[in-house]
Amino acid sequence: MSTDATIAPASAMPSSGRLIATLAVIAMLSGFFVVLVYQATLERIILNHREYLENAVFEVLPGASHRVNYLLTDEGLERLADEDVGDANVFAGYDEDDQLIGFAMQASARGYADVVRVLYGYDPGRECIIGFIVLQSSETPGLGDKIETDPDFLANFDCLDVSLNEEGTALKHDIVTVPPGTKTEDWQIDGITGATVTATAVARALRESANEMIPRLLRHLEQLTDPSPETTGKEVS
Amino acid sequence: MPRDAKQLSPPTMDTLKEGVWKENPVFIALLGLCPALAVSNTALNALAMGLASTVVLLGSTTLISVLRHLIPKQVRIASYIIIIATFVTIVDYTIHALSLELYNALGAFIQLIVVNCMILGRAEAYASKNRVITTIINSIGMGAGFTLALFLVGAIREILGFGTFFGIPLFGPDFQPWAVFILPPGGFIVLSLWLVLFAAIRRRKEQRKEVAHVA
Repeated sequence: MSTDATIAPASAMPSSGRLIATLAVIAMLSGFFVVLVYQATLERIILNHREYLENAVFEVLPGASHRVNYLLTDEGLERLADEDVGDANVFAGYDEDDQLIGFAMQASARGYADVVRVLYGYDPGRECIIGFIVLQSSETPGLGDKIETDPDFLANFDCLDVSLNEEGTALKHDIVTVPPGTKTEDWQIDGITGATVTATAVARALRESANEMIPRLLRHLEQLTDPSPETTGKEVS
Repeated sequence: MPRDAKQLSPPTMDTLKEGVWKENPVFIALLGLCPALAVSNTALNALAMGLASTVVLLGSTTLISVLRHLIPKQVRIASYIIIIATFVTIVDYTIHALSLELYNALGAFIQLIVVNCMILGRAEAYASKNRVITTIINSIGMGAGFTLALFLVGAIREILGFGTFFGIPLFGPDFQPWAVFILPPGGFIVLSLWLVLFAAIRRRKEQRKEVAHVA
C-alpha cells in the first residue's frame, strides 16, 4: 500500500496494483502473526504431547515412576533420548528402585469409524497384558467408546495371556474376542454388546502388535531390565 | 480514529443485546449451525467452541473495521478470509498449547471456524460499515449469543446423553444414558426444540405488543 499515496475515490475502480498490494500486505501480516504464534506455542504443544503420553504410560504400567524410550526393530534395540518420545515404539517403565515394571507399546487397528489406537501395558514377568488406554478413537459415542468405560470389558485386561510359543517366535494363543460372557481362556477377550466391531478391533490391534513386538522384546529382556544408560546404549544384535 | 470517537452514540447497549437475543446467530439467524450441531455434545465442548468462535469473531471484525477504509471493495472478501483464517490459526495453536484434551475433543471444528458464516457475515454486513467501537460491542454481543446458544444445546445433550453436567454425574448409577442425544441426530433434536421455544417466545411478545398497540 505504500506505493499508493493517493487513495482513489470509492466509486472508481482501483488499479490492479493497489488490489494486489492490499492482498500482499494482508497476507504478509497474516503469515507473520501465524509464524509468531506458532513459535510461541510450539514448545508448550510438544510438552503437552509428551506429558499426555507419559501419563498414558504410567497409567498402563501401574507402579512405574519413570520410563525409558526405546526403538525396537528387527535390527535391534536402540535407547532413545528422553525427548525423542515421538520416535519410540517401546516405553519401559521402572519403579523407584529401578525395577522393571513392564513395557508400554502402541497398537492400532481399523475400528468402526476410524483407526483405533491404543497404548497397552505388557508385564514380562506374568507374560500378560495388564491394561490399555485409548489414544485415538472416533468410535460411536455411547456404543463403541464403551471400550474405555465398560468395567466388564476392562476386566479382560487384568491379565490377558500373551505367553509365547516354545520357539519364542509368536504368541502361543492368538488373542481373540468371544461373545460377551463366554470367555473361558486367559487369552480371550469378552466382547461388548453394541460395540462388537470396536472390541474386535482392540483384539486385532493387540494380537498383531503382541505377535510382532513381544518376541523381539524378550530377546532383549536382559538388557531392558536395567535402566542405566551404560548398559542399554545402541546395540545391534 | 478520532472522528469515530466523536460520535459515541447511545445504540451501544442495544448493539450488545442485539446479538445475544434479537439477532441471536444460532436461534434467530440460523448461522453457524455446523459447529452448533457438531461439537455441542457436552456443555464444556460447547462452551469452548463458543468462546473460540467469539475470539475469532472479535479479533477479525475489529481488525476489519480498523482497515475498512484501506481495503478496496473488489478484494474485500479475500482480505476478510485471510484475516479470519489468521485468527483461526492463532486460536487453534493457542488451544493446542492450553489443553490437548480440549483440542482433541474439538477436533477439526476449530479449523472449521474459518467457514463459520456468522463470522464472514458479521465482517461483511457490520464491521466493514461501522466504527471500531460499535463493531467491538456488536461482536461481543454476537459472540455471547453464539456461545449461549451452543451452551444451551450442549448442556441439554450432555444431561440426557451422559447423565452429567460439566462431567459431574447428576442421576446416580442407575441412569441409563440416552445415547441418541450424543449422536448427531440428538443435536438436531435439541436444536429444533430450542428453536421452537424461541419462536414461541418471540411470537408471544409480538402478539402482546400488537394488543398493546390496539388498546
